[in-house]
Parts: sequence; structure tokens; C-alpha cells
Amino acid sequence: MGSFEKKLEVFWRIFWEQGGYNSVLEGLQNTLIIAVSGLLIGIVIGTLIATVRTMPKYKTLPKVLNSICGFYVNVFRGTPMVVQLLIFYYVLLPLMEVKLTGVQVSLLVFGLNSGAYISEIMRSGIQAVDLGQMEAGRAVGLPFSVSMIKIIIPQAIKNILPTMGNEFITLIKETSVVSFVGATDLYVAFSYIGSNSYEFMVPYIVMALIYIVLVLVISMFIKLMERSLKKSDRSS
Amino acid sequence: MIEVVNLCKSFGDNKVLDNISTTIKKGEKVVIIGPSGSGKSTFLRCLNCMEDPTSGSIIFNGTDIADQKVDINIHRRKIGMVFQQFNLFNNKTVIENIMLAPVYVGNKMRKETKLSKKEIKAKAREEALALLKRIGLEDKADVYPSTLSGGQKQRVAIVRALAMNPEVILFDEPTSALDPEMVGEVLDVMRDLADSGMTMVIVTHEMGFAREVGTRLFFIDEGKILEDRNPKEFFEDPHSDRAKEFLSKVL
Repeated sequence: MGSFEKKLEVFWRIFWEQGGYNSVLEGLQNTLIIAVSGLLIGIVIGTLIATVRTMPKYKTLPKVLNSICGFYVNVFRGTPMVVQLLIFYYVLLPLMEVKLTGVQVSLLVFGLNSGAYISEIMRSGIQAVDLGQMEAGRAVGLPFSVSMIKIIIPQAIKNILPTMGNEFITLIKETSVVSFVGATDLYVAFSYIGSNSYEFMVPYIVMALIYIVLVLVISMFIKLMERSLKKSDRSS
Repeated sequence: MIEVVNLCKSFGDNKVLDNISTTIKKGEKVVIIGPSGSGKSTFLRCLNCMEDPTSGSIIFNGTDIADQKVDINIHRRKIGMVFQQFNLFNNKTVIENIMLAPVYVGNKMRKETKLSKKEIKAKAREEALALLKRIGLEDKADVYPSTLSGGQKQRVAIVRALAMNPEVILFDEPTSALDPEMVGEVLDVMRDLADSGMTMVIVTHEMGFAREVGTRLFFIDEGKILEDRNPKEFFEDPHSDRAKEFLSKVL
């Protein structure tokens, strides 16, 4: 046990006294920025795609849009996140002569990727809303888009909130691959501490703990949100 | 007011409406009865193009609203609809349910009316409260539909349709999903509406109500209007064998 105490001591020295916490904070910040903005971009893209895919399809435009969206979803669900990151960072962006930092590329790719997943989640949420809701909206003369925004999507979001929480947690954990494009996240920060001391046991335990705490906090938030959104289900 | 010309509707190979032509005039209360599966609900739903007719025209105030090029939303605002399953917006309170469409339309017309968003909302709220008062539910303005009884939901659904000042209201079996003791309160609201001169088209199984309120009756079977008559005469002396058989089962 004595050797573990020594390891703790070494970790503490590098983490605290030599300022290792700075890179951990930076990593934590990047992890959160990438996951949160990835989720937000994903919600926007996912909602748009889900709307297109649930549209009535007797006209040409919805049919074309539908196939484009189907293609998009298949591409992003069919390749690993790491591959998408590498392709964007080393292939697409250089070809288009766009320069972005590792973090910027990461949040873009995370957004596009989660958009594909969220579109399917959202679609199931939309399809779970009673058809009569849309009919009632159309019957009072609201256009399809307005009925969707004001009536269907708010109810769909309530349906899928637990699944969205899952998606967010997945995103948080997946950020551990952004080091592939040179972005500092929690993994990079703790590996840095570890390689400075040739001692990885404690840094990786602490890293795991931080991820767990993050996820627990998020789960709590989701619970709170669910509760406040449930108010329209209950008798007051 | 509504002219139906050679209306046909098929779902796949199943021909539900078979070449129906008729005209509904202002102030009429048309009750539609018939066996289940006869096409009466489909006929009603074609009148505001909730179902797109397979062929034929629905002429509303001179415009063929079955034409895909027509902006159906503008016309639907003048054709209210009340559903069997109420279909109140679950994510909106009672008063928001009523205000949603008037506020939307008000905001769209802002250029012409020069009203501020606040004024539009205040006006819609005032009118919605007046409507709720009319059905005695003003104390329910700020609750969600899930807390209402079936009868209350349907009464709110009726005033939601009224909030757009429609010229005609379509009722699709408005009392069929209600517990028996709540049917009366909904029929009372509809009776008031009829007395106020509203044009109404009502698909119903309430024969007593049909006879009392209707000024005209369609008996529909197998996608055709078999009888188009005065309700009182119809109930006393149905002409067709189908109608006789139907009445012997329901009365």
C-alpha cells in the first residue's frame, strides 16, 4: 500500500504544485464545449432531418430532401467518430483550404455526427405524437411548419428527453477521441500528467472519476428538466 | 357556400366516396348519418381537404380548395373542425389552445392592421376568455387539457374552432368518444351554436339531436348520399331500404 501512497504524492505534486491542473481545466473545458455545442448543433440538424423524414411525401421536393437526409444519416452512422474527425481534419478541410483548430473541427464533427443520431431519436419522438395533434393544427389553418414548431416538436422533445440525455452522455465520453486532431481534452491532460511522472495509475483513476461525476451531474439535470416538462401531463 | 362537385375518394383500391355532388348553403345545419364505414367521416374530412379528394372539386366561397395550387390554410381558417378525439394541443393550456391560431394569423396580418404583437395577443386573449365564459369554463383558462373531463375538452375544442370566426363548422362524431353523462353538455353548446345561425355539418350517431337541430339530413351508404331530406320527414318515413334497415337497428 505504501507504493500507492507514493504514487498519490507524485500525482499531487504534478497536478497541484507544478500546475498540472491547468491543462486538466483546459481539457475539461474543451470536453464540455465540444459535447455541449455538438449536442446543440445536433439538435438543430436532427430536428430538421426528422421533420423532412416525417413530411407527407406526395410532392417531389420532400422526396428529394428525404433521400439526401437518408444519405447523410447513413454516412454519419456508418463510420466511427474517429474516422470522421480524421477525414475532416486531414482531408476535407485542407481540400477546401479552410483552417480550423482541433477544437473547432471537433465540435463541427460532433455536431454533424450527433445530428444523424438525434434525427432518428427525434423521428421516433415525432411519430409518437398523436396524429390528431397535427390534424388539429392544420384544421385551424396553421401551415405544416408552424404546426410542427408550435405543437408537434415540443411534445416530441418531451417524449425523447431521456434518450437525448443518453446521447449527451455518449457525446461527453466520446470527446476522448479528439486528441487525434490535436485538441486537448481530459484524456490528453491526464496523459500529460502521467507521462511527466511515468506513473499512470492515479491520473487515469482521477480521470475516470471526473467523467463519472460529469455524467452524474448531467443525469440529475435531465431528471429536473423531465420533471418540469411533465407539468402538462398532471392534474394541477 | 360549399359546393361539392363529383367528389370521389379512394384509399388504394377501396372506393370510399363515389361521385358525390351537393351544395351546402349558409345557415344550414346538415346532419350526416349512416352505417360505419359508409364514408360519412371521409366526406366531412374532404370538405376542408383534411383528406385530399381523389377527384372532383370542393368550391368554398367561389374557390376550388381541392386544387393543390390553392393555399388551403387561408380557407381552413374559415372552416372550423371539431374532432371525435377532441385533439386539443397537449402542450398548451386551454387558453393557449384557443389563442394559438388567432395570434398566428394576427401576427401575419400585422402589416395591414398595424397592431403591435402585444395588442394582438391581448385581443386574442380577451376574445378567448369571452368564448370560455360562454361555455362556463373561464376558470379553466390556465390549466392543461389533461386535467379536463372529456366533455370539457370537447367544449374547449368547439370554442377553439369558433375563435377563428369561421363561416361553417364541421363536426366529426363530436360526442362518440364521450362518457354518456357528458354528451348532454356538448350537445347543449352545439345547440346554442345552431341557434346563433352558424352553418354546421355534423356527422353524428345522436339521432335525437339530428332530428331536433338538423335542417337537412344526408343518409350516406357505400360512398353515396342515398337520401338528402328534411330530418323529421326522414325519420318518419325513410325511402330507401338501407335507411329503413339502419334506422331499425339504431332506434
